[in-house]
Amino acid sequence: MDGMIAAPELMNSGAEAVLRALKAQDVDVIFGYPGGAVLPLYDALFQQTEIKHILVRHEQAAVHAAEGYARSTGKVGVVLVTSGPGATNAVTGLVDALMDSIPLVCLSGQVPTHLIGNDAFQEADTTGITRPATKHNYLVKKSDDLVRVMHEAFLVARTGRPGPVLVDLPKDILIAPAPYREPGNAPHRSYNPRTEPDPRRIEEAVAMLKRAERPVIYAGGGVINAGPEATRLLTEFTRLTGFPITNTLMGLGAFPASDPLFVGMLGMHGTYEANLAMHGCDVMLNIGARFDDRVTGRLNAFSPNSKKIHADIDPASINKSVMVDVAIIGDALAVLKALIAAWKKDSTQPNRAALAQWWGQIDVWRAKDSLRYTQPRDPGSIIKPQYAIEQLYKATRGRETFITTEVGQHQMWAAQYFKFEKPNRWMTSGGLGTMGYGLPAAMGAQVAHPDALVIDIAGEASILMNIQEMGTLAQYRLPVKVFILNNQYMGMVRQWQELLHGSRYSNSYSEALPDFVKLAESFHAVGLRAEKVEDLDRVIAEMLAVDKPVIADIWVDQKENVFPMIPSGAAHNEMLLGPEHKGASGPAVTNEGMALV
Amino acid sequence: MSDTALRSATISVLVENESGVLARVIGLFSGRGYNIDNLTVAPVEQDGSKSRITLVTSGTAMVIEQIKAQLDRLVPVYKVLDLSDGPHLARELALIKVLGTGEKRAEALRLADAFRARVIDATTESFTFELTGATDKLDAFLELMRPLGLAEVSRTGVAAIARGTKTIT
Ligand SMILES: Cc1cc2nc3c(=O)[nH]c(=O)nc-3n(C[C@H](O)[C@H](O)[C@H](O)COP(=O)(O)OP(=O)(O)OC[C@H]3O[C@@H](n4cnc5c(N)ncnc54)[C@H](O)[C@@H]3O)c2cc1C
Ligand SMILES: Cc1ncc(C[n+]2csc(CCOP(=O)(O)OP(=O)(O)O)c2C)c(N)n1
Ligand SMILES: [Mg+2]
Repeated sequence: MDGMIAAPELMNSGAEAVLRALKAQDVDVIFGYPGGAVLPLYDALFQQTEIKHILVRHEQAAVHAAEGYARSTGKVGVVLVTSGPGATNAVTGLVDALMDSIPLVCLSGQVPTHLIGNDAFQEADTTGITRPATKHNYLVKKSDDLVRVMHEAFLVARTGRPGPVLVDLPKDILIAPAPYREPGNAPHRSYNPRTEPDPRRIEEAVAMLKRAERPVIYAGGGVINAGPEATRLLTEFTRLTGFPITNTLMGLGAFPASDPLFVGMLGMHGTYEANLAMHGCDVMLNIGARFDDRVTGRLNAFSPNSKKIHADIDPASINKSVMVDVAIIGDALAVLKALIAAWKKDSTQPNRAALAQWWGQIDVWRAKDSLRYTQPRDPGSIIKPQYAIEQLYKATRGRETFITTEVGQHQMWAAQYFKFEKPNRWMTSGGLGTMGYGLPAAMGAQVAHPDALVIDIAGEASILMNIQEMGTLAQYRLPVKVFILNNQYMGMVRQWQELLHGSRYSNSYSEALPDFVKLAESFHAVGLRAEKVEDLDRVIAEMLAVDKPVIADIWVDQKENVFPMIPSGAAHNEMLLGPEHKGASGPAVTNEGMALV
Repeated sequence: MSDTALRSATISVLVENESGVLARVIGLFSGRGYNIDNLTVAPVEQDGSKSRITLVTSGTAMVIEQIKAQLDRLVPVYKVLDLSDGPHLARELALIKVLGTGEKRAEALRLADAFRARVIDATTESFTFELTGATDKLDAFLELMRPLGLAEVSRTGVAAIARGTKTIT
């Protein structure tokens, strides 16, 4: 290998070397905001045409936009911000990407090397601040290191468990000439994540799965990280086994929602059947999910009688909160390939009779229809938020649609009522739960898929957190649709106050809201409003017909709550069901009952 | 062993010797609420390219597994070795200043001799001892010095290595 490395080529400036490295990494778009420390990079950008720069209105939005771009394409998203406030504004986005395993490279400007540590103008200890906010970060102090660090940043962001990587670039490094080298494929000195699973663990897992009587597959965002081929193999494996499968919030789309084997999302706002299947199973196969506390509920009551298999690329995800019986370390794609091969090779016949009985039980739970709600149809009736999502889903079926969300009740209703058949079509802030994520993420997805339909399902409070990005949509003619479920409350906060704090609605009312129609118009977009049930379909149709950014302000029932709900600290079999299920709330099934399955 | 039983672990971490690497390790411990009972770091390769960090930590078996996995996923980490998995040697060095005169001073010197501590500095009113050994040996010696005029201690922290032919690389 060494002998083949060509002599470095000296570039006129570090900035040019950075851009050349970006091109070598197949970057075609970056999201950024200029400032003094990065002016050399902006100057180099100005003098080329291959890389498109999208000028956002706030650095946080640049990061979320890059996340939307990354999640909807499987590529690394790229961000460019200036030193000091530019970098600190990006921090929320970096942590968001870290929590949700989204591959990003964030380039930040820095004061010149000789001023570092001097409290220079717009200096911040960016690598210090972002150390716990990134998968890894770098401060480039020598021109000789610049290009190696750039290539390495992409390697680290994209491989293993993906995540955000920040490269801090002092201004003198961007100005001085720098050597350029193409990325080599020599292995990294110290960073070599394992992707191929241990075949013995695969055999153990298959032996366990073959003998299962009440199995469940619990698949998460990691399968989506592993790429569309991994989700295809997940579907193949699940159909091969005939096992029920549930997805996490981050995993939605990893398995087609319309398939009868899909029992819906699990967790705090998961379906009755998904949570009870998790609670009652005897063998659980977790692929690319991390036993998040919004999924497990009370740990000591989590799936108490099951043997657990966990396949994850990050050894630190395994046995972190839930001890498992078989740990498989590897990329979900390689794991699924191996599982399929081993399943076919193992001659043991699965216990079909027990599986049929298990499905019988699941169908009983399913028949409860835990997502049921009633939409009054008389003209003048107020719109139920669940109905608004269902109507939106129906109106967009058959179109190439990407959905992003903000954070709150609307996010959960979107997860419950919008059905995803394919991966990379659903982008939401799961781990950090960042209000203000959805609009910029939609922007990034629209940049990546200019002809697709991209909708941000929003709440009226969250949307105001990055509303300035309406300007970016107008500038770049990005026809993103913002579909606000306007309940005039921070609904998710209100729901917890109602259920856990004696209905004392402290600071959760959305007072003094803007007129969203006028607000849209002032940003050169189209504003629409649905006040009553009879307006809904027309507004959705108009929204979809316009080839411009739209804000659709959908007035929904202010008092609606998200159900089912596992209150924090409760177990999967202690789910609360909605008002449609009077008498069925509270502990839904006893442990003794579960054992009878 | 029950899930909640605490154990102590001595972990060696071979890292790239670059700026910020120690901050990453320490930040991991503070950020995730792990204990650091003891930590040492120094370059170990001739060219100074790698450093070895030795950490003594305590936690449940599950937490210690987490600590190792979390350390291992840091980009500049080459290798994580839990020395507590097998027989190993652990030593630290202490410089100990004892002030006093008369019988107490003489007693301090006698005990130092018994512990094989070296006198590296002395005045008519003080001794400075250098003592190397396992942490509990140092602790025992310091306990004995306390009533004899123990005035100041400087300890290096633990350096540790596996017994026999086993190495970290
Ligand atoms: C208001 C609100 C409510 C929520 N309610 C719910 C809820 O009801 N249900 C729910 O599920 N979530 C809910 N969440 C989201 C929750 O907080 C977590 O973000 C989510 O459950 C995590 O999903 P995941 O386990 O799929 O892991 P991710 O965060 O997607 O992590 C992926 C896992 O896969 C691994 N991985 C990554 N790449 C690969 C690869 N290539 N191969 C193999 N493994 C890989 C990673 O190491 C990691 O362990 C809610 C969030 C909010 C904001
Ligand atoms: C940046 C940020 N601040 C605070 C929160 C806490 N929080 C979670 S949901 C929510 C209310 C969201 O209100 P809205 O956008 O109207 O959505 P709704 O729940 O009403 O659908 C708040 C304040 C958060 N998730 N993110
Ligand atoms: Mg609201």
